[in-house]
Amino acid sequence: MSRAEAPARPGHARRGGSRGLGALGVLGELLITAGVIIALFVVWQVFWTDVTGARAAGAHVQAFEETLPESPEQPGTPQSDEPPAEPVPAAGETFATMFVPRWGADWEFPIAEGVGRLDVLDAGYVGHYPETQMPGEIGNFALAGHRQSHAKPFYGVDQLEIGDTIIVQTAQAWYVYEVTRSHVVLPSQVEVLAPTPGYPTAEATERMITLTTCHPLWSTRERWVIHGVLSHWVARDEGRPAEIIAMEEG
Amino acid sequence: MYGWLWRHLPGPAVVRALILLVAAVAVVALLFEVVFPALAPLLPLDQNTLE
Repeated sequence: MSRAEAPARPGHARRGGSRGLGALGVLGELLITAGVIIALFVVWQVFWTDVTGARAAGAHVQAFEETLPESPEQPGTPQSDEPPAEPVPAAGETFATMFVPRWGADWEFPIAEGVGRLDVLDAGYVGHYPETQMPGEIGNFALAGHRQSHAKPFYGVDQLEIGDTIIVQTAQAWYVYEVTRSHVVLPSQVEVLAPTPGYPTAEATERMITLTTCHPLWSTRERWVIHGVLSHWVARDEGRPAEIIAMEEG
Repeated sequence: MYGWLWRHLPGPAVVRALILLVAAVAVVALLFEVVFPALAPLLPLDQNTLE
């Protein structure tokens, strides 16, 4: 390489050496690129999915609530008889939202049918296990949600206490559940989703809700499971549960 | 690799830098919108369902 050429083509001047060194340089650049991509993945996973997930969840809640019939802002009669039958939703359809006063008045998440990652759980929804029952129904209304990343709906699972309320609203009614049990299981222990949680062969007698999320954080080793039982329900056209009104008033 | 890219881009340094900036933004967008979302369910980081 001539001296005169060097200033115009600095890259060539620097490379100067053997072919082997050039290959090593390319390898180094590839490794640095891989490192940057992995770092970007961490940023995406830890930070960005919460940003986009929360935005998506808010939009889903707003879009769903616009379709809901009005529910007067007054306490409705708590009922414990047979609630209305909820129609089975299509896969991916938003059919409910949920509230957990323990997690704050701002915490409201949309519930969609199915537990697929791309279409439901990673898209700003809590997912309903399709093989389980519907809200208010005798059996088990079982939900899955992220505990970290993708707006982490169930991040506060470790703060839930026995007796805490979980409220589900559909187009027909408000369902108020009370937390009865909080435990950690292996990912294979699907019996927690059974109509009588823990007893797959038993005939269901109670109206249960189940939340599943991951445990420990950033691990697939176990699942944190919350069970609850229906305390009462309120017809939408009559009003709202006292728990919702208390939560909104702070 | 990047040296080769730099030498083969047209225009003065400012234009080359702009082209690379746009390309970098496009690559990050592709990773964030397509590659990472498709990859995440395959990784043992945040699975929460029972199966």
